[in-house]
Amino acid sequence: MVLYLARRLSASALILVGVTIVTFCLTFLIPADPVAMIAGRNSTPEMREQIRIQLGLDKPLVEQYVSYAQRLARGDFGTSYARKSEVGPLIASRLPATLLLMLGAIIAELLIGIPAGLYAASRRGETGDKVAMTLSFLTVSTPQFVLGLSLLYFFAYLLGWFPLSGYGSLSHLILPAVTLGLAGGGWYSRMMRSSMIEILRQDYIRTARAKGMSERRVMLVHALRNAILPVVAMIGLDVGIFMSGVVVVENVFGWPGIGQLMWQAIQSLDIPVIMGVTTVAALFIVAGNLLADLVAPLIDPRIRLR
Amino acid sequence: MFSFWKRFSKDKVALFGLAVIAIVVLAALLAPVIAPYDPSEQFFDGLTLEGSPLPPNERFWFGTDTNGRDQLSRLLYGARTSLLIGLVANGIAVLIGTLVGVVAGYARGFLGAAIMRFTDLMMAFPPLLLAIALAAILKPGLMIVIVVIALVNWVQIARVIYTETTSLAEREYIEAARALGASGPRILFRHLIPHLVPTIIVYATLGIATTVLLEAMLSFLGRGVQPPTPAWGMMIFESQSYFLNAPWLVFVPGAAILIVALAFNLAGDGLRDALDPTQRGRR
Amino acid sequence: MRAFLISTAAAFALLAAAPHVLAQSPKQGGAAVVTFNNDLTTLDPQVGYDWQNWSVIKSIFDGLMDYKPGTTELEPDLAESYTVSDDGLTYTFKLRDGIKFHNGRAMTPADVKYSVERAVNPATQSPGGGYFSAIEGYDALAGGKANELSGIRIIDDKTISFTLTRPDATFLHLMAINFAYVVPKEEVEKAGADWGKKPVGTGGFKFVEWVPGQRIVLERHKDYYRSGVPYLDKLTFEFGQDPTVAILRLKNGEIDIVGDGIPPAQFTEIMADPANKDLIAEGDQLHTGYVTMNVTMPPFDNLKIRQAVNMAINKERITRLINNRGVPANQPLPPAMPGYNTDNKGYPYDPDGARKLLAEAGQPEITTELYAMNVDPNPRIAQAIQQDLAAVGIKAEIRSLAQAEVIAAGGAGKAPMIWSGGMAWIADFPDPANFYYGILGCAGAVEGGWNWAKYCNKELDARAENADAMVKADQSEKRIGEWKSVFDEVTKDAPWAPVFNEKRFTYHSARLGGDPSLFTDPIHIPVNYDYIFAKDAQ
Repeated sequence: MVLYLARRLSASALILVGVTIVTFCLTFLIPADPVAMIAGRNSTPEMREQIRIQLGLDKPLVEQYVSYAQRLARGDFGTSYARKSEVGPLIASRLPATLLLMLGAIIAELLIGIPAGLYAASRRGETGDKVAMTLSFLTVSTPQFVLGLSLLYFFAYLLGWFPLSGYGSLSHLILPAVTLGLAGGGWYSRMMRSSMIEILRQDYIRTARAKGMSERRVMLVHALRNAILPVVAMIGLDVGIFMSGVVVVENVFGWPGIGQLMWQAIQSLDIPVIMGVTTVAALFIVAGNLLADLVAPLIDPRIRLR
Repeated sequence: MFSFWKRFSKDKVALFGLAVIAIVVLAALLAPVIAPYDPSEQFFDGLTLEGSPLPPNERFWFGTDTNGRDQLSRLLYGARTSLLIGLVANGIAVLIGTLVGVVAGYARGFLGAAIMRFTDLMMAFPPLLLAIALAAILKPGLMIVIVVIALVNWVQIARVIYTETTSLAEREYIEAARALGASGPRILFRHLIPHLVPTIIVYATLGIATTVLLEAMLSFLGRGVQPPTPAWGMMIFESQSYFLNAPWLVFVPGAAILIVALAFNLAGDGLRDALDPTQRGRR
Repeated sequence: MRAFLISTAAAFALLAAAPHVLAQSPKQGGAAVVTFNNDLTTLDPQVGYDWQNWSVIKSIFDGLMDYKPGTTELEPDLAESYTVSDDGLTYTFKLRDGIKFHNGRAMTPADVKYSVERAVNPATQSPGGGYFSAIEGYDALAGGKANELSGIRIIDDKTISFTLTRPDATFLHLMAINFAYVVPKEEVEKAGADWGKKPVGTGGFKFVEWVPGQRIVLERHKDYYRSGVPYLDKLTFEFGQDPTVAILRLKNGEIDIVGDGIPPAQFTEIMADPANKDLIAEGDQLHTGYVTMNVTMPPFDNLKIRQAVNMAINKERITRLINNRGVPANQPLPPAMPGYNTDNKGYPYDPDGARKLLAEAGQPEITTELYAMNVDPNPRIAQAIQQDLAAVGIKAEIRSLAQAEVIAAGGAGKAPMIWSGGMAWIADFPDPANFYYGILGCAGAVEGGWNWAKYCNKELDARAENADAMVKADQSEKRIGEWKSVFDEVTKDAPWAPVFNEKRFTYHSARLGGDPSLFTDPIHIPVNYDYIFAKDAQ
């Protein structure tokens, strides 16, 4: 176990280095010139050249990366081109909001997905099953903007149950978390239903039923334990999906997270911000994946960590 | 094969799904014949005097879009792009994801770990940035969309399949097969993959909808199908801020995506039941 | 003899305006909330250069000059008066008494000098430094060979003079743009990299807090030199919200101004609602939306083809596409700009004529690319242009991309055509010169420059410089006439196809009062926050 963990952690560190290298190269593949953005409309070629030198953009790519990596290792994310302020504190000020939103969304999707999947599996082929599964398709196929705007219009604007936007209390969190969670909940309910059905036909379930165990007990104790595995595997993955998906929800609900920061940075090619957000997001995604692998054997003892 | 079709054809729900798919594919192929207008024509009177899109009416059955184009014609032509993307791009992603996940989950030791760490690397990466950069090297177009979507989407599938495979691989019947001297590929294809079919079907069918929407995102970033070529995802994406004021703009292509995804799901469920020997005689 | 140049017309206008202000005499007090979709990048006046931070900076800082609220009329601000030498090369400003920074310190001429030098100093990376190139010593400071501008001299503790290397008729305007706004050196140095996040100025509003991604709070500057203004006690900017939702919040009474404007989706409904009659202010912008054609590459190196494009575009329909929030354009300058030529009708919409021109040019079939920024409504407008071009035989493939990429393609001269929407020129100051050098002159037609048509007409450049050398008050009419003829020539040469001049519609809550021109201020885009007032404080 300790050995496994050590191996995984060192692999994770390598992955992070890999992510920074690839991202760094990718930002140079994008056909846009950050200096033209910074220098503005009235600049002369000499001014642009000066800025290029100041930012170190005149040096070869490898040299630029090495100096970036050295600063990164000291925890220095560099200075934003557009904001002229440090990227580290910028991300730090936005990260808690995104993490809170993701936590809320994970809770929401589990609360929506697992019961819905269980219900559908237990009513397999009946109307309840069909309704639940059609709904799951609906939530997965609806664009987040439309879903979020509908929820907001109905529950916050017309009914006034929730604030229209903002950040700071539980009531602010519920609508954005549910918006994100509904799509994930749709996936979870489908996964849950399929794996429940798969497991309910295993021999040991038949044995349990034959022994006269109540259907409820069969479902909740024996089947759920096994069926939940693919769902757990997905929670770790959600981190990655949310990291790239939060921007729309953040924008609808005025949630001050990292997604908006990234979006603005991509539009204006603010490379230090793009690099910083990607690195921090990668850190969480890698951690999420590791967590998923560590939790799996706890739920299904047949899995051994290797 | 014959017995498979016999079982499948008894499944009325699955047949219904198949019929819907056939109709949609036919509509896409016959779009030039059945579409009432040119999908790119921006009618001068396709907008109100204030520049708003027209709601469904006698002339434009599904209304007009924000450029004053006929929604119905765009829907029919858009089916071509969107079906191709939803089926081919998503299909490739599912295929790669399944193979990578199964191999990594079944192979022990270094190979499995190496594959999964590579998967982690791919996942830790912002897909939008990947798409932008990839398309910077290659010229935008349908091919690029398919490649980018496949490259972005296989990762999640691989991860889920991997976790399930690690669990399956430890089960008694796999041990038994191995003890009986079955070869690796045989175990993979005969004993592992069939048990993964339910998960694969979920991804293959739900993925159709999300893929079509991802295509819209690529178009927005200038890396997808370029205007005025219609695509369902783009039709939604362009007009989603109109949702409260001109809901038909979102409902029409949204319903189309939903119907196709549901039809594939019904057919997929039937396919699974027909393929699965343990299901014979039961429903 | 020195000409005393504080324009008498302006003084009369001030007097005329005064009773009007007194008649209303709004009381101070109350608060307003403004929303923007994008988080502000910075409040550093020497750096901020997008339309969200532009007007916020104007409320926190002041320059030597400013404009009368809601108009494009220049008037002294931190300067009490100024004189211009006969040769037009020296401007001497006498500073007003009792100007205090928000930190309590009195402003001095040294602060003015420091601030302009800060804009030019390459270490600041200011996008506006180039505006001050006429000041003596510019090349040395911009080139990193000096630490100050030798042309700026502090005469005494109330007087400062600027010596120029060439006459520049726009110089007073330059003293009114954000890049010349006065900042206190000690605060800039104390804050270091955080200066853009904790600004200290002399303006009507004092910075209170900035919660990243959420809000910026300003409060009334009690020691502001203009008594009675600003009217609002508190001004809050909230960020990160889609304008569609911001409109709902305004209807709910939670916010007062949707800074991004009314989204196209809701425009018709909001305009049709009689309850909104007094809540929507409509005003002209110093803005032109245009298509650039790269004159250095085929097919647009051919004048006839450029003219054909001008005749092919149906501007009426495109104006309808943007909910009639604009008027079809016929020349590069917007109608509200001095130098706009009412006799210049531009090119008529004439597809047949366009086809004829293409045939004359020997290229009835053309394939090209049209770049556009990917934010609504620009892809839609690009598609409308695409259809119009296709109708005359020009097949344009649309490249709808992020802003940074379009700018890069334009600067590198790789884009045959660019629809300027979302990146178009909104004048920094109301003078025709501001619509020429960077975007139509030779100076901008270089690698990385903003003249995307790469149009470089040396003769016009010379005439433009000649016009800007006319600095005397009695020459101003002649100067504007000269600029008129420059833009008439540009229209004939057709490096651009002007499409429309945008109008601004600002939707505000019933709680706010003030002349509609304040809510669509052509200088303080979008709103002049200093002069609007809260009705509930009256």
